[in-house]
Amino acid sequence: MTDKIDIVALGGVEPGKPKKARPKEPRREIACQDAKARIRNFSEVALGYKPEDAVYEAMRCLECPRPRCVVACPVHIDIPSFVGLISRGEFSEAAKDLRKYNTLPAVCGRVCPQENLCEAACVLNDTNPGNPVAVGRLERFAADWVLARENGTVRQAAVEPTTPFKVAVVGSGPSGLTCAAELAKLGHTVHLFEALHKPGGVMMYGIPEFRLPKAMVQKEINYVRSLGVVVETNCIVGKTFPIKEVMNEYDAIYVASGAGYPNMMRIPGENLGGIYSANEFLTRVNLMRAYDFPKAGTPVKKPKNGIVVGAGFTAFDVVRIMLRLGAEKAGIVYRRTRKEMPGRGEEIEHSEEEGAFIQELRNPVRFIGDERGFVKQIELQKMELGEPDASGRRKPVPVEGGNYIIDADLVVVAIGQSPNVLIPSSLPNLSTRWGSVINVNRESYMSTVPKVFAGGDAITGAATVILAIRAAKEAARAMDAYLHDPKRKWFPPEVSEKK
Amino acid sequence: MFEITAKKTLAEGVVEMTFKAPRIAKVHKPGQFCMVMNDEDSERIPLTIADSDAKTGEVTIVFLIVGRSTFELASKYNVGDTLFSVVGPLGTPTHIEKFGKVVVIGGGLGVAPIYPICKGLKEAGNEVISIIGFRSKGLMFWKEMIEKASTRTIVTTDDGTFGMKGFVTTALEKLRGEEPDIARVIAIGPPVMMKAAAEMTRPWGIPTWVSLNTIMVDGTGMCGGCRLEVGGQTKFVCVDGPDFDGHLVNWDEMAIRMKVYGYEEKHAVETDHECKIGLTPVRK
Repeated sequence: MTDKIDIVALGGVEPGKPKKARPKEPRREIACQDAKARIRNFSEVALGYKPEDAVYEAMRCLECPRPRCVVACPVHIDIPSFVGLISRGEFSEAAKDLRKYNTLPAVCGRVCPQENLCEAACVLNDTNPGNPVAVGRLERFAADWVLARENGTVRQAAVEPTTPFKVAVVGSGPSGLTCAAELAKLGHTVHLFEALHKPGGVMMYGIPEFRLPKAMVQKEINYVRSLGVVVETNCIVGKTFPIKEVMNEYDAIYVASGAGYPNMMRIPGENLGGIYSANEFLTRVNLMRAYDFPKAGTPVKKPKNGIVVGAGFTAFDVVRIMLRLGAEKAGIVYRRTRKEMPGRGEEIEHSEEEGAFIQELRNPVRFIGDERGFVKQIELQKMELGEPDASGRRKPVPVEGGNYIIDADLVVVAIGQSPNVLIPSSLPNLSTRWGSVINVNRESYMSTVPKVFAGGDAITGAATVILAIRAAKEAARAMDAYLHDPKRKWFPPEVSEKK
Repeated sequence: MFEITAKKTLAEGVVEMTFKAPRIAKVHKPGQFCMVMNDEDSERIPLTIADSDAKTGEVTIVFLIVGRSTFELASKYNVGDTLFSVVGPLGTPTHIEKFGKVVVIGGGLGVAPIYPICKGLKEAGNEVISIIGFRSKGLMFWKEMIEKASTRTIVTTDDGTFGMKGFVTTALEKLRGEEPDIARVIAIGPPVMMKAAAEMTRPWGIPTWVSLNTIMVDGTGMCGGCRLEVGGQTKFVCVDGPDFDGHLVNWDEMAIRMKVYGYEEKHAVETDHECKIGLTPVRK
């Protein structure tokens, strides 16, 4: 499929002429589904740029000689370069350029917190605050452009490895896919193992369709397959495929098993019916498509009155799903204030547009059930902010005598995830902290077990997609060096305490 | 992958199915389970592995038709068909060592999972007395297999149509009179049966282990849907179990959590059936 792009008609740079940037024009907003309409469906909320929007926005970029955005990007995408290509109408080239730095641009263009990274660093903020180049939207535009044109044409490629080395990658989330792609590009044989029935990790089970369409994720995975990476689903390393056998069969292993173990509140009544961990609620709805029950086989409880505990990315995804499942009321209770919320500004805004409420300075202390064993109420304790804690945020302190009861027929606990213990428990010499976070040397990404590298949420605890991708890229380089090192020297982390 | 190689109806509503799953067959240990998906749209259901053969790469499950997924599995999938997804073996294997005299109880469908456990315990040098119980003779299955895997076997039926009349606990109580040196009891079956067995052995002070089959989504510790209070602490059945000390399980909570999707389950079955008089199921 070839497209004729009339770049002059789109307002871009005329061929053969220099770019005249237009930084003073306002930032181009992205079209969104109307809030009233979108809470009745699970389709994507942000509709994306049309070519004319993308060219307009790209024309705002000054293409600075020393771009601060590139420094701020965790994977140092050459932003002026790909934005420049868009302003010249070279959309496919822009996507190719992006892929040099990032295997998953269609994902990152959607879910990366650009407002804190590249866009926060944009020089346009200096003269026109709040109006940086919309780098994320442009990234998404270029990635979508090329994925729409590759659709159906990219299959598992018969790429011949150029080295004799075999690598196993554990987990097919952002970190695993990126590391697999990088190592395949370097000529190694790469086998990627996924525990679930579909690859994609948190992009499939965690992030909802309306924020990240699953079809886009599958297209990005097809691209990784086209590099020669072999994906095996339904295979749990440490269970289905014992880790000792993996270590015998492969020259190196990259553990990117993520942070998929839900933290619970451990307060009375938490095991009542109608109370979910965020992981369970999201997995049922996103991966298993419970919103389409009974057409899809997996059910989920539909709330009238839904409450989410927590205020991170996940909590906002959950409250928005509750509204889409038909909740009359759905909201968030958070023990700190709006200012400390880790969720993205855009998500908080979208949630409120859709009708979600937010109760600050409230912490559940007890869940109350009905005669059938289902939750019907929550006892909340009022909180106030005290001194800053280890995270630098002011610590919430209970207000004595400030307890009261609210109604809720569905509660989702979204207070964080930890790495799964499956890999650490099958490798007794693997050093971890906080029970399951794998310790690695931050330069070599080597763990305390020779051959075993790790990255992504598995080494940090739950963090962002882009940080997981950065770890994967750095680890892939370290693994490549290790594989080519005839002595296979090992640089484990300095660990003061063993597990 | 996951091609069905054998299928038979063992009793009314009880189906035995064998399929290819070489990786699982190679590493499976007694007490472990797998998650099965019929097709891409199905739910993931946990089913205990009843037998496996590393040489042929085959895994056998025995299931009861209780809802839509198991009904479809029983009615639409035949030898030569392929299951969309099977993942396992999951859960911590049953603790097997030389205990001495071990009583292994299987109630109804629970007879299938005790087969590999009896086999394992016997190989470890234990005297294995199995008690298998069914509602009626017509529902009996795997009697000869269990007999072969045990030192001795007692069969009970609720209605007395075969073996001893009564429940498995009737047989357990009688057996305790004859065999005072029972070192351990393992009981697998419906929650009410496991609870009854655990309550019976509590005053005797005999360690009693049960295998729980709660609702799960992933089966790997990700969703927490299977969580349950055991000994005052919340445990995940999929990774901390499925075997637990029967004297510590909060059975009331188990009963509640098993019924969480009762309404949806019924709704799913009703929508599959096209009503001849035009009624449509209504949400409560």
